[in-house]
Amino acid sequence: MNRTARLVVFALGAGALAVLFVAALLKMPAFGADVHPYRDATMIAALLRRAPNVVTSINFDQRGLDTFGEETILLASVVGATTLLRPGSDERRRTPPGDGRMLHATRLAGYVLLPVTLIVGADVVVHGHLTPGGGFQGGVVLATGLHLAYVAGRYPALRRLRPLDWYEYGEATGMGAVVALGIAGLVAGAGFLANILPTGIFGSLVSAGTVPLFSVAIGIEVASGVVVLLAGFFEQDLAVRLRPKEDVA
Amino acid sequence: MSLYAYGVGIWLVLVGIAGVVRSRDLIHTVVCVSVAQSGTYVVLLAVGYQRGAVAPIFGSSSPPGTPVVDPVVQAMALTDIVVSATVTALLLALVIQVAKRHGTVVPDELHALRG
Repeated sequence: MNRTARLVVFALGAGALAVLFVAALLKMPAFGADVHPYRDATMIAALLRRAPNVVTSINFDQRGLDTFGEETILLASVVGATTLLRPGSDERRRTPPGDGRMLHATRLAGYVLLPVTLIVGADVVVHGHLTPGGGFQGGVVLATGLHLAYVAGRYPALRRLRPLDWYEYGEATGMGAVVALGIAGLVAGAGFLANILPTGIFGSLVSAGTVPLFSVAIGIEVASGVVVLLAGFFEQDLAVRLRPKEDVA
Repeated sequence: MSLYAYGVGIWLVLVGIAGVVRSRDLIHTVVCVSVAQSGTYVVLLAVGYQRGAVAPIFGSSSPPGTPVVDPVVQAMALTDIVVSATVTALLLALVIQVAKRHGTVVPDELHALRG
């Protein structure tokens, strides 16, 4: 259908959707009210399991199965994107250009902040059950911290810090660790991904049962997945080029 | 106030979908999908808000018993953000391959499915 017809159909559908939304709005509880039954239930559950960060407790303890599913989606997207970004049969991989002009201030800031960011990322992952954070957030911080090597230096510097095989194994290891945690729950008789370790003292590092372990596994998986994903885009932009015509049969 | 708070989220969703429909560039389409997803996060977080409540993390400064906002919708939004980032990356990889195979990123010019 041509463009105008498409816009008319969309306008009709969007109008109906907007009417439905407003009708739903008028029946919702007021914004900022204190009627939150799910919040009351999960707060009590999280305090019983000694996890001060209720959001992490929901993600890794009370609704661990949903997190398992989301993590699988992440793994599948990374596999799909990496497959799509492979060099094709009519392309070859050249050595990427090594240098360009870089401000000394940028280079210094990048080199100084890279270890700081990695440590902050590890802290966010490990303290997921105590402070705002967790596996997902910390994993993204770790992955982008690694790419400060590209911002500060050159692409070959990043490639040295990033042997891609290790990150692919890391992604699989993270996923496998979550499955192993789930099976440990099954073996202990409590159910898949149940919290079977002792819950410890409220607020200490080793507490809340399996939540820190789950958080670390997710952190490894997300960090490795994001690094692998970005590597595909970098290679596609900097290294993959069309094969010269005489090479193709 | 209710209408304004939820309305912002719903507006973002509708504008994102409108951008997808009207788009003349596949990269713009992918970014509009991302905008629509952001609208859903705003609606989720607005549902969970309570006036005068703090973040749902207990510690020495907010002992158990202080009113907190709803953590369930925050957990939903958090996993959703990370997953949608990788799905956006998958869509962009698709756009790169489309540009290579068909030479164009204008959706209206992409007609036939070539085998």
